[in-house]
Amino acid sequence: MQNHVLDYLNHIVSVKPDKTAFADDTQALTFRQVYEQSRAVGTYIHQKGIYKKPVVVFMRKRPKEIAAFFGIITAGDFYVPIDEEMPASRIRLILENVKAEMLICDGETAELAKQLAFDGEIVLYDDICHTRIDDAALKDIHDKAIDTDPIYIVFTSGSTGVPKGVAACHRSVIDYIEQLSEVLAFDENTVFGNQTPLYFDACLKELYPTLKFGATTYLIPRELFLFPVKLVEYLNQHQINTICWVVSALTMISAFGAFQTVVPKFLKTVAFGSEVFPIKQFEKWRAALPDAKFVNLYGPTEGTGMCCYYKVERDFAPDEALPIGRPFKNTEIILLNEKNERAGEGETGEICIRGTSLTLGYYNNFEKTGEVFVQNPLNTAYPELIYRTGDLGRYNERGELLFVSRKDYQIKHMGHRIELGEIEANVNMVEQVKLAGCIYDDVKGKIVLYYVGAIEEKDLAAALKDKLPRYMLPNRIVKLEQMPLTANGKLDRVTLKNNYQKRKEK
Amino acid sequence: MEELLEILGDLHPEVDFETCEGLIDNKILDSFDIVSIISEINDRFDITVSAEKITPENFNSAKAIYALIRELEDEE
Repeated sequence: MQNHVLDYLNHIVSVKPDKTAFADDTQALTFRQVYEQSRAVGTYIHQKGIYKKPVVVFMRKRPKEIAAFFGIITAGDFYVPIDEEMPASRIRLILENVKAEMLICDGETAELAKQLAFDGEIVLYDDICHTRIDDAALKDIHDKAIDTDPIYIVFTSGSTGVPKGVAACHRSVIDYIEQLSEVLAFDENTVFGNQTPLYFDACLKELYPTLKFGATTYLIPRELFLFPVKLVEYLNQHQINTICWVVSALTMISAFGAFQTVVPKFLKTVAFGSEVFPIKQFEKWRAALPDAKFVNLYGPTEGTGMCCYYKVERDFAPDEALPIGRPFKNTEIILLNEKNERAGEGETGEICIRGTSLTLGYYNNFEKTGEVFVQNPLNTAYPELIYRTGDLGRYNERGELLFVSRKDYQIKHMGHRIELGEIEANVNMVEQVKLAGCIYDDVKGKIVLYYVGAIEEKDLAAALKDKLPRYMLPNRIVKLEQMPLTANGKLDRVTLKNNYQKRKEK
Repeated sequence: MEELLEILGDLHPEVDFETCEGLIDNKILDSFDIVSIISEINDRFDITVSAEKITPENFNSAKAIYALIRELEDEE
């Protein structure tokens, strides 16, 4: 039984050594190069005595970054990707959380890496990827690996302002890759066009199936996502046939009518998720690619990538939402009502995940882990964890699972999962701000920030750029004389939202 | 031009759009901004920016965006 994610690589390197595994507009690595460089990196880390520990990767999004990930796993460690797109304060919180002993950077990030508050050793990828490989030591590490050992930590938004590091192990990743590959029917001819950053779990969809099947992944340059026609031309140039993107990247192409100029003619599998796909835009895609397969995916980072899928095969009215469908094989979705009992037919309940796909929890944070990775209340006989997503769902009359809403103030914006509380916590850290409150306009997709304090809107906007990732920056900032509060003295988001609606209607 | 500067200023109050020439080259605008700008100028100037006009050159400065608006206005 496979118990190690890199067994995919160890196998494929003997079958297709010279095929391109990962490429972007600057470099390409074959499976042999990925294999050899990851083993060299793994040997270097091993020789430093770092084992079963986090190793930070701070590189540009390039094929070599992926080889660095695999090198870290080869050494028996787990990778923690950070990125220059992240603001300095977030990187600092991540480094404080994981307390790593080594950070791998590249020539382009080396200067920035030196400025980080990092106590461990900083190494340059190009310096360590030629380390003389110690086969015996690597074999020993591989043989001792347990499939519940972590392989990565990625960070998600936390409502108190501190991001949470989700740690996932070999077993949940293998389970995910096997089930996803079956549903989306990947094979050796699959050519992926990656859109998502490498510092989230979303990129698992391309990284590991590429190894499993000997497929090829193109890391699409980020700036192409501003220009629909150029983006589609890129897909055609590389004959990309499979994409797993956030919805906003897909609607950017359809909403501007790019299909009238150019059609991504090689695409046959279009998977998407993380947010609602407006049916009007979806129909444009289906009209442009009548023979392609369209699959809606749903799942939280804590459940390793995605956990539910829905193949769109029937028609939908413009005001309908695509279902999130059904769980992957080997995963159960339990809907729990407020009494912690299984929701009845048609009743709304919290979406809870049961199965191997659960990640290990939040790294160095037993308290937060214990709040949402809990004993299955339906099982009183033996220990069994479920993950409470905080998403509410229900089944329709066809037995398809629907997403209803959130239980709390978490939102989905541009495909990113964001806690409004994290934005507020960061705004409140700005010296001149007395109090901040955030709402989300889910129709227009705008984060609206209200605040009270002695600072102008544009100065606040500038101050936030150093604290929050780009996708968390408010789209509108409004200064108030007074913040609405509830009777208990808490921030009154309902009044904020009502006032916003009234203003919008005017 | 005033109206365009207002649209841009709403998105990025901290940028001086009258002088800034590298909105795309310097990664000041992201895909979300491009989407917002196009939907706003479509509405306010009663034009339709088609996909082939959405190029780095046409969005690199307020001046370039304004030239694009004028060009499309003339066509209608």
